[in-house]
Amino acid sequence: MEKIMKKNPGYFCLFLLPTLLAFMIGFVVPFGMGIYMSFCKFNTLKDIEWVGIENYTKIFMADEGEIFLNSFWFTALFAVISTVAINVIAFMVAVLLTKNFGGTNIFRTIFFMPNLLGGVLLGTIWKILLNGVLVTMRETLTTNGTNGFIGLLILMIWQQVGYMMIIYVAGLQGISDDLKEAAKIDGANSKQILFKITIPLVMPSISMCTFLTLTNGFKLFDQNLTLTGGGLKHNSEMLALNIYNTFYSRVGWKGVGQAKAVLFFLLVGAIAIAQLKITQSKEAD
Amino acid sequence: MKKRIAVLLASAMLMTSALAGLASCKSGGGNSGADASKGHVYYLSFKPEADEAWQELAKAYTEETGVQVDILTAASGTYETQLSSEMSKTDAPTIFQINGPNGYARWKDFCYDLTDTDFAKELNSQDFAFKDSDGKTRGIGYVLETYGIIVNKKLLEQSGHKLDEITNFETLKAVADDIHANAATNGFDAFSTAGMESSTDWRFKTHLANLPIYLEYKADGIDTTKTIKGSALDNFRNIWDLYITDAPTDSAVLASKTMAECTAEFTDGKAVFYQNGTWAYGDIKGKIADEDLAYLPIYTGAEGEENQGLCTGTENYMCINSQADEKDIEASLEFLKWVFTSETGTDAVANKMGFLTPFKSGKTPDNYLVKLANDSLASGKSPVSWNFSTIPSEDWKNGVGDALTAYAAKPGDDTWDAVKVAFVDGWASEYAKIEG
Repeated sequence: MEKIMKKNPGYFCLFLLPTLLAFMIGFVVPFGMGIYMSFCKFNTLKDIEWVGIENYTKIFMADEGEIFLNSFWFTALFAVISTVAINVIAFMVAVLLTKNFGGTNIFRTIFFMPNLLGGVLLGTIWKILLNGVLVTMRETLTTNGTNGFIGLLILMIWQQVGYMMIIYVAGLQGISDDLKEAAKIDGANSKQILFKITIPLVMPSISMCTFLTLTNGFKLFDQNLTLTGGGLKHNSEMLALNIYNTFYSRVGWKGVGQAKAVLFFLLVGAIAIAQLKITQSKEAD
Repeated sequence: MKKRIAVLLASAMLMTSALAGLASCKSGGGNSGADASKGHVYYLSFKPEADEAWQELAKAYTEETGVQVDILTAASGTYETQLSSEMSKTDAPTIFQINGPNGYARWKDFCYDLTDTDFAKELNSQDFAFKDSDGKTRGIGYVLETYGIIVNKKLLEQSGHKLDEITNFETLKAVADDIHANAATNGFDAFSTAGMESSTDWRFKTHLANLPIYLEYKADGIDTTKTIKGSALDNFRNIWDLYITDAPTDSAVLASKTMAECTAEFTDGKAVFYQNGTWAYGDIKGKIADEDLAYLPIYTGAEGEENQGLCTGTENYMCINSQADEKDIEASLEFLKWVFTSETGTDAVANKMGFLTPFKSGKTPDNYLVKLANDSLASGKSPVSWNFSTIPSEDWKNGVGDALTAYAAKPGDDTWDAVKVAFVDGWASEYAKIEG
């Protein structure tokens, strides 16, 4: 195949074209328009009017800014805690399920299953479940921000552990038993084997999984919308939902929502790059 | 050989993408036998419960006239979202809806001047035309709806009370308190739960909140304002206290109750009173006999409320997309006129959608709640107008709704102050944000 590409660059371009077109139409063009529209007042794509940086100043206008910052801190805290929790649990489950005992495949399937359900469905189901428990304490998911936070955390752990577990299982199975055996003969205990052999060797899986969970945490939307809907007085409103709510909150504020989306993109991009750099530097060659 | 495979693959790929493109074009059109030269009608409908009836009407119209009619219905609560994205398309809706002044502010560039159209002349009264500041008709109200407190008379009598007893807030409270006190022995409570989950919170953050707005407007002799005073908020608190106290659910957990649960409490005979409108008849029909139903005004303890009627109005105005092709605009106007004047059309509107329309040739729907609403009007009670359309924004409603939920969780003067802040200060700050 590679030879065909080299001999006939024409084909190379031909085959690339559909994907490139789809990428342009589905990503590059909307992205460019999105940035442009964050400087505009608009209602539909037919009535775009340039207003300069007005949208960006409105983000921090009066109580709006406070709500936006609150949702930023809520999101940041959630992303960090959920990343740690999901990865630790997923790793533990993966270590367990790579041991030699019967039924590991069945358990892997069961743990993976929540991932096949959509976020909206999960949010709705967990809302009924968690509210059912909370009403016995005369509370609901939206009574305060903490309830919403813990609810979201439970939901996301339940949903994502299975997926991350599969990645860790693959990583763990890639480690040769010879290494562990050699370490054992040299007198290393199981704790030392875990921290000195296993974890450094699955570092690529760890950076992959932390990247996925961290960015997922930041851009969480469906689950937030259906589980708490942003909660009472925005107390469990994460960034993505805050942007969505701003977009449709009132006449003439679509541009403000768009401007928030641009800031959001810069933020998530910067965090993702920083995180990749840090974990990649720890990966064993 | 390799070259041939490559060429084959490439052409196959091009063909599939071309096919995919064609397929996506095709899905836009629907009805067969349509004649493109006669224009194209595309209506983005607001009411999911009426979707089926609209689709049937569209089909019937295409068969009769050859004009292609497409109906798309936005999912509940997503009309503005859907409209924004549909309007951005080349094949934008030719007929859409606005909810009054705020919807008009958003969509004024798209609202066709309907003043001299035949469709506008079909209205019984110009009160149902939405006019802009120049006095031009930009939207036509097409459905009159009424909400109030729906009563299960049978249960009311079982509890030892009569409907005639209730003539104002004081008597309503006396009856409701008594029913609530005996809930355990009776097996039913006074009010169905005032659920504040997102599927039902509109009944209170919008419909119930209309009462203090209405009372203030009436006292001040105005029909809109940018700075509300909240002079009738005590009345609001009266009725909200009653709803959350004399109900089967602990008021701390209202946010967990969905529309389906609240409706079921009423239709299953677990509650005597239920705040909702004529559109809820479909849920009640067959579960509670017509003769057991009654409709009470929402009493709040306002002065002279013995003469207050039900809340009747419209928040749906039909508009024609002024940016559509002239041919499509003509076709759309013809279609609407047909829907609201022809035998087939009026029959479907009244009997399948259950709408009471303000048009000369409209029929009265087979909806017992509409009949009760008409009786109330005929008896000379003065209806409460719908003032939602003067509410500044969605955020205002959410702010009031959140404050009401928080108050219900911990009723007290401090939590009620938060409702006041959301109601009064929120109103001003929302208008400031829109204009700022």
